[in-house]
Amino acid sequence: MTKAIIAVLLMALVTYLPRVLPFILFRREIKSPYIKSFLKYVPFSVLGVLTFPDIFTSTGDYRTAIPGTLVALLLAYKEKSLVVVAIGAIITVFLSGLFLTAL
Amino acid sequence: MKINNKFKKQFFYGLRKGLPIAFGYIPVSFTFGLMATGGGLPVWLTIFISLSNLTSAGQFAGTSLILAGAGYLEIVLTTFLINIRYMLMSLSLSQKIEPEITMVQRLIFGFGITDETFSVASLENGRLSYPFLLGLISTPMAGWTFGTALGALISKALPDIMANAMGIALYGMFIAIIVPPAKKSKPVLMVVAASIVMNFLLIYLPVFTFISAGFRIIIATILGASLGAFLFPVQDEKETKEEFQ
Repeated sequence: MTKAIIAVLLMALVTYLPRVLPFILFRREIKSPYIKSFLKYVPFSVLGVLTFPDIFTSTGDYRTAIPGTLVALLLAYKEKSLVVVAIGAIITVFLSGLFLTAL
Repeated sequence: MKINNKFKKQFFYGLRKGLPIAFGYIPVSFTFGLMATGGGLPVWLTIFISLSNLTSAGQFAGTSLILAGAGYLEIVLTTFLINIRYMLMSLSLSQKIEPEITMVQRLIFGFGITDETFSVASLENGRLSYPFLLGLISTPMAGWTFGTALGALISKALPDIMANAMGIALYGMFIAIIVPPAKKSKPVLMVVAASIVMNFLLIYLPVFTFISAGFRIIIATILGASLGAFLFPVQDEKETKEEFQ
């Protein structure tokens, strides 16, 4: 148990450091339009990379994950809120799971 | 008194902006609570992981390594690699916050930088104040902790099929964040598409199999965002606002 607690504290440290190091290291304003654009594109890029292809294995069965992904994309395209998109995807996965077990 | 009111107003505005994130977090952290307690960790430690780490991918990976009995170095390196992306986010935020925000205040609100709080903060108009940022991280922290506690407590009662369905929640949230801006801005769409293609190449081309998942995310992100910066550099603040609203 002590080992698990130490591991959790180490995880907390290496999660916190990247969040605050840039505040300590860089205090000047960045002028270059390239660096500014790069930093503005990063969130979209990183969320896309975190999502695809991992979403297809997120439910343990791609036959439930694919319908869930499609519903999430459709709801997001219609600009529904975060909660609606997440819950829509969960319900779709749940229902596809029920459908598959019924087959 | 006047300053105090402004502080309150900004703080509550931040809380409100963080509320949808908090709701989005509940199913995800619920899943985490299920996974960690189901795997054998005590309920209090599971909740403490969410409070002290406040991150999704990093703490999921770290916790599954703890459950698998991995060594400290493995746990630390994997978690760190997954979280390096936060450096890019706080570097970006450091350009957008009010310059008079003190170092101590930066060290405090920095704790709450996540993919989602960062996205919401960077879509705000104008400079970000300290009370706003404090509010913005508070509701998601509460949601993340609450969901974890709920999942940890219900852990054994849920049938497998429902637990599996919750796994998609996190990605559903990510999709909800990236699709609307990608629909309105061609550069954003191109950046997202290029990054995802890069990610698939790094996963499936045999030459790249030595790259860990954490590094892969970093490489694909840097390449995709650089391509966007090179092809579609944003000229000034005004243009930026229009592109990203």
